[in-house]
Amino acid sequence: MRAITPLNITPEPLYLNRRAFMRTFGAGLAVAAGAPATLLGAPSEPTDLPTSFKDITHYNNFYEFSSNKQAVARMVSGFETTPWQLEVTGRVAKPALFDVEELITRFQPEERVYRLRCVEGWSMVIPWHGFPLARILEAVQPTPEARYLKFITVHRPRQMPGQKNGWYHWPYVEGLRLDEALNDLAILATGLYAKKLLAQNGAPVRLVVPWKYGFKSIKSIVRIELVKSRPTSLWMRAAPHEYGFYANVNPKVPHPRWSQASERRIGEFRRRRTLMYNGYEEQVAHLYAGMDLKANY
Amino acid sequence: MIARARWLVHPLALLPLALLFYDFLIDNLTANPIQEITQRTGKTALILLILTLVVTPVNRHFRLPDLVPLRKRLGLYAFLYATLHLSIFVGLDYFFDWELILLELSEKLYVLVGLTAWLLLLPLAVTSTKGWQRRLGKRWKGLHRLIYVAASAVILHFLWLVKSDIREPLAYGAGVALLLTLRLPPVRRWLPRRTPE
Ligand code: HEM
Repeated sequence: MRAITPLNITPEPLYLNRRAFMRTFGAGLAVAAGAPATLLGAPSEPTDLPTSFKDITHYNNFYEFSSNKQAVARMVSGFETTPWQLEVTGRVAKPALFDVEELITRFQPEERVYRLRCVEGWSMVIPWHGFPLARILEAVQPTPEARYLKFITVHRPRQMPGQKNGWYHWPYVEGLRLDEALNDLAILATGLYAKKLLAQNGAPVRLVVPWKYGFKSIKSIVRIELVKSRPTSLWMRAAPHEYGFYANVNPKVPHPRWSQASERRIGEFRRRRTLMYNGYEEQVAHLYAGMDLKANY
Repeated sequence: MIARARWLVHPLALLPLALLFYDFLIDNLTANPIQEITQRTGKTALILLILTLVVTPVNRHFRLPDLVPLRKRLGLYAFLYATLHLSIFVGLDYFFDWELILLELSEKLYVLVGLTAWLLLLPLAVTSTKGWQRRLGKRWKGLHRLIYVAASAVILHFLWLVKSDIREPLAYGAGVALLLTLRLPPVRRWLPRRTPE
């Protein structure tokens, strides 16, 4: 399995999309014109270089601001992220209200370089700063009835113009099974490229579950509730046949719109084959042993 | 007046392509340029197709025969953008990976109706010349009614490819529905018609 190991220093790649685009555009024309494949060289082994800071911060699915991925970075200026408190409640022995600064000093975020696979068929590699969600759960002590986590994004239509769009049921809600949340890959991120998270990336604190489609990684969280029954996420409510509770990356479960068998890594030209559980099979497959993954999409 | 301004259709119809090229040069095609150019060419093709459908009813009810030659040009430009759109899908997005392309085609209805729309437009583009019009005689008109089916298929294509919020394709769909309704014989007879002076 090609897990990405954390790096101490992450170089910010300086390649230009347009360069890669132009180079391979030429190759595309050559193929179209029937040039032998040997002339073009064999495709090299796919690598997992971090996506550029500019692309990570200017191509965002954050419907609370806009459904236009380029527009989000322009729309976030009025969004206030300090002070910020994260409430952890529900079926826990010690409910808590954390200040984000306190989370950072207490849980010591570390760098985790993860692949991010969007359900729309594109992907990135992001050097997050975060700490395992399990650490917070240890602190609040879930009671035996706690079986799921329900995450809720802040609801501020004045600062988040997209929340005035009545098409969706705001605020954004997501959920995890408790054992999924306890997996070491599941983190709460507070930074990226060794900087504090920018608003468009879900500041000041967001979930990152890299083996699931990106929409599971809920942003700008204000509340985590431990609950008995399975929460219904915003996307499950909006289109239940397309977005299930699990939303594990799975190239074998098709989606009516986007290719799930393949993906485009941002900054690259050619598609790559999508990996089972986004390449994290070794770490998470056991969570779903014996489950029908087509029925539990 | 209209006859003298008709040449404007060429620069106007080519403008989206020029903008696309300009944005390519200044690296302004988003972090995901292939998706961006797919969407832009698709959208332009649809708008041009709708404009093609506008010509006949406007001429019928407002007596503007000078508009009629625009119909063919708009239709051909719509086909040009649709063909670019399809070529981008095959040659850039999927890079001639026929295995994946066939998978998409078999799995996704929106791709299938998109292809249907293009296949319907193809014979219309081929037979758009005066020569073919003469050769086909009466059948030409019947054949070119396929544009109604093609435009409806494009609306379905758009409806099926958007994520949840279908208001935009519905708006285009309302436009197409109106233009097709205006062609129904009872509606056509009921609407006022300006007679030549
Ligand atoms: C085989 C034929 C076709 C294929 C494979 C195809 C494929 C696609 C794809 C992949 C998208 C982008 C989906 C996304 O948002 O990621 C798209 C969007 C679109 N296509 Fe097509 N298409 C085809 C034919 C057509 C035709 C003939 C037209 C119009 C004349 C058309 C109009 C559109 C429109 C309006 C959009 C939406 C653009 C937007 O989101 O703003 N397509 N198509």
